[in-house]
Amino acid sequence: MWIMLFLSAVLFLFLSAALCLMLQRRPSAVNTLGSATAVIGGLLAMASAAGALASGQTPDFQIAWSVPFGSFHIALDALSAFFILPIGLIGLAGGLYGRRYLEDRLGRKPVGISWCFYHLLFVGMLLVATAQNGILFLFAWELMSLASFFLVMFDHEQEAVLTAGRTYLVATHLGAAFLLAMFVLLGAAEQTLEFDRFADPATPAMAGAIFILAVLGFGAKAGFLPMHVWLPQAHPAAPSHVSAVMSGVMIKTGIYGLLRVLTFIGPPPPWWGWTLVAVGAVSGIAGVLFALAQHDLKQLLAYHSVENIGIICLGIGMGLLGLSGENYAMATLGFAGGLLHVWNHALFKSLLFFGAGAVAHATGTRNIEQLGGLLKRMPTTGFCFFIGSAAICALPPLNGFVSEFLIYLSALAAVTQAGAATAGLVVIGALSLIGGLAAACFAKAFSTVFLGEPRSDQAALAHESALSMRLAQILPAAMCAVIGLLGPFAVQAALPAVKALMPSAAQAGVELARSRAVHLLWHISQAAVLLAALAAVLHMIRSRLLAKHPVAESATWDCGYAAPNPRMQYSASSFAKPLTRMFRWLLRPQTHLYKPVGLFPVHAGLETHTEDVFMRYGYGPLFNAFAWMAGHLRWLQQGRNQLYVLYIAITLIGLLVWKLG
Amino acid sequence: MANFIPAIHVILAVVLSPLLLGVINRTKAIFAGRRGQPLLQPYFDLIKLMNKAAVYSRTTTWVFRAGPVIGLASALACLPIVPLGGVKALSGFEGDLVLFAYLFGLMRFITVLAAMDTGSAFEGMGASREVQLSALAEPALLVGLGAMALKTGSLSLTGIYGKISTHMIAAPDGPVGFLVGMALLIVFLTENARIPVDDPNTHLELTMIHEVMVLDHGGVDFAMIQYGAALKLWILGTLLTGVFIPVRTQSDFLNLAAGLAGMFLLAIVVGVIESTMARLRLIRLPQMLVAAVLLSTLAFVWILR
Repeated sequence: MWIMLFLSAVLFLFLSAALCLMLQRRPSAVNTLGSATAVIGGLLAMASAAGALASGQTPDFQIAWSVPFGSFHIALDALSAFFILPIGLIGLAGGLYGRRYLEDRLGRKPVGISWCFYHLLFVGMLLVATAQNGILFLFAWELMSLASFFLVMFDHEQEAVLTAGRTYLVATHLGAAFLLAMFVLLGAAEQTLEFDRFADPATPAMAGAIFILAVLGFGAKAGFLPMHVWLPQAHPAAPSHVSAVMSGVMIKTGIYGLLRVLTFIGPPPPWWGWTLVAVGAVSGIAGVLFALAQHDLKQLLAYHSVENIGIICLGIGMGLLGLSGENYAMATLGFAGGLLHVWNHALFKSLLFFGAGAVAHATGTRNIEQLGGLLKRMPTTGFCFFIGSAAICALPPLNGFVSEFLIYLSALAAVTQAGAATAGLVVIGALSLIGGLAAACFAKAFSTVFLGEPRSDQAALAHESALSMRLAQILPAAMCAVIGLLGPFAVQAALPAVKALMPSAAQAGVELARSRAVHLLWHISQAAVLLAALAAVLHMIRSRLLAKHPVAESATWDCGYAAPNPRMQYSASSFAKPLTRMFRWLLRPQTHLYKPVGLFPVHAGLETHTEDVFMRYGYGPLFNAFAWMAGHLRWLQQGRNQLYVLYIAITLIGLLVWKLG
Repeated sequence: MANFIPAIHVILAVVLSPLLLGVINRTKAIFAGRRGQPLLQPYFDLIKLMNKAAVYSRTTTWVFRAGPVIGLASALACLPIVPLGGVKALSGFEGDLVLFAYLFGLMRFITVLAAMDTGSAFEGMGASREVQLSALAEPALLVGLGAMALKTGSLSLTGIYGKISTHMIAAPDGPVGFLVGMALLIVFLTENARIPVDDPNTHLELTMIHEVMVLDHGGVDFAMIQYGAALKLWILGTLLTGVFIPVRTQSDFLNLAAGLAGMFLLAIVVGVIESTMARLRLIRLPQMLVAAVLLSTLAFVWILR
């Protein structure tokens, strides 16, 4: 029954996509239709996943497909259902948000096509997370990648968007190439691409090769360093509801794929866990450092996605290390923390992208140096962005703390038991450094956008966004608080998916770790309640005391200076300067200083920007070299048909000689 | 009955923490050859501030007003999980050291935002320095505590601090306790904005870190900030004295007495440091904090070797 509900969601979204395309001529109607159907589709998908998860069974659906090795085989097991829930929720919220966001583009832009691809992206993600056949999986993967490519290209007349789209297309297809090779290796032994008939790899070397291909292929989608370069380009370029879906859930399909493959390739040797811990630590720290150096709000958020994928990766790495060392407490806590962080990041990152979109919509700029004072002008958006910022910094009492707490517990479990203590050290060190830097980055982002005085006229004239856009932010913000307060239930919900990743011999250990985690998370919930109660009491005391006295308003006390103006405020670049200076060996910021000249200087200025070093020093030169080499092969291709016929003939003769000789 | 002494510690911390500031100031006065302010001056200040009217900048929003409230609430919420030497925490649990670090993270985050809410460049400068230094202090604190967890085999602050003994400061267990203690000392001085990191008595806003962030706060808000800072001094102080004064007896009363004596001894030591040292240049501070991270890591590696 649940699988039928799920199929109806997929079918419904597919038909809506077609309908959006057909009704293109009526932009206003298609905008409402696209939004409404995305909401309904999201609800259907979430209901089916929640039902399947609650029933504890694995509903399954299979029909034959004429493609060789292919079959339309989907299943809603615990791991799939766990990922379908956020996909449905964020897809729904994006749909809700998108209508008013696209409204002022009606008539000028093909909104119908955009909604069509939005639904196709939705369908693609739903199928990726449930496919039980390699061909179907790759088909859905490609559907997802191409649909999101067209969504990114919405504003294709801008040069930056074109570049971003191209980078994304190349990156995602390089990743897909690794996946193709991976499925060939997986299915080679049994000559099948059905997930439930894959045999364990014959040799450790084979399993290792599959693991590496999975990390490369899925990592390109998830944004593991150094395959992250498309993220900070593509996410700012896309419309904000699309960025929210891409950053919130689409990159998580990479995590899903990696976890799914890990269930096929047998017990993990320690180096798999170490690989993921290393990738996670590097992605996490570098991601947040690059975020610190950005001035573009959405680019900053995109780099934070790299950071959070790193945190998820740390959790999964600890899980694998726990499995290989048969320390099931550590494994359970690591997997549970990593998985829960998938949910949490989906919630707060889409929330933050919605907020960034609302700001860009209201002010026409994403440059945080032009913003300021928006909390007074956009109170709801500002409050939701505040919640999202605190949650992403893992501050109690919100959800980010719950998942990071589990990963810390896993690291501490590793520390106190011999063998894995070094990994524990790496995880504790990385997580705490990431925590401090993320707090610095979001203090910068929130305060320069929402606090102080507006730094430009656009910011001064900003207005609060429409009700549906605000609702799309309130929904995930509320979920952040709920998961933060009710961590024990969240970890219970993640448990079936954790069990799916563990061998059956470990179930007793899982149960033990579960009861311990639930017990400790109740302590966290208590602390959260205590914190809220204390804040309420202190607030009351403060109001009582102030009621007795006059409360006046005045200008900011600027150490005696009576007429401060908005340009005198600390800017985002100055705020981040001490940290970016400390890490300049990695970030390599470019500084342009215009010194004041003469006795009465008129203009002076300082500009800094930080390009992605991997793009600048790695991929850029590499792809330029490819282009250079390709240029040298141009004489092969001159556009004369006779020549091409000759090539074909030569090739055929060559093949004949090779076959017969 | 089992929770009687821990509850006493919470109450004592709430009541006595401003006295630590009084002791520090008295120590500094004696060093400088002055008679100094009364020991209870911090209490008088708090009472006076609580009964003052308030002036708010027109630039500010609810964030500015929420800063002191949430900041003080997070410091108070820390109290039930910190042990005082051998005295158990009121409600410790495994992994509470993470909650501890992140509650202070919350306090800092909201204080920084409240500072930025005023739109003053001075406060922005202080906030910027604060987040830089704390980003480095965080790993030093958590890796140091992680090393202690590895050493003692416990995952809660109470468990870790209950098992610290003289063995860990000197031979035969190597200098683990000493290394972590030094790292914690640096974290303690940084987080509490004491010399050589920050000078609470400085008069030049350009050079301040913590004080400059709260320039615009007044009245009851400032009282909450000052009291929160005193609590922070107490709470981080317990972690430090817990390492350096490894008195663990069977009697909880003796443990409590030793812990309290340690706290006031610490206040005197801070006073001595402030009287005999100058501030480091701002540009040197990250290096000192990196040294703290290295000390913690070294302790970890020492145990693993």
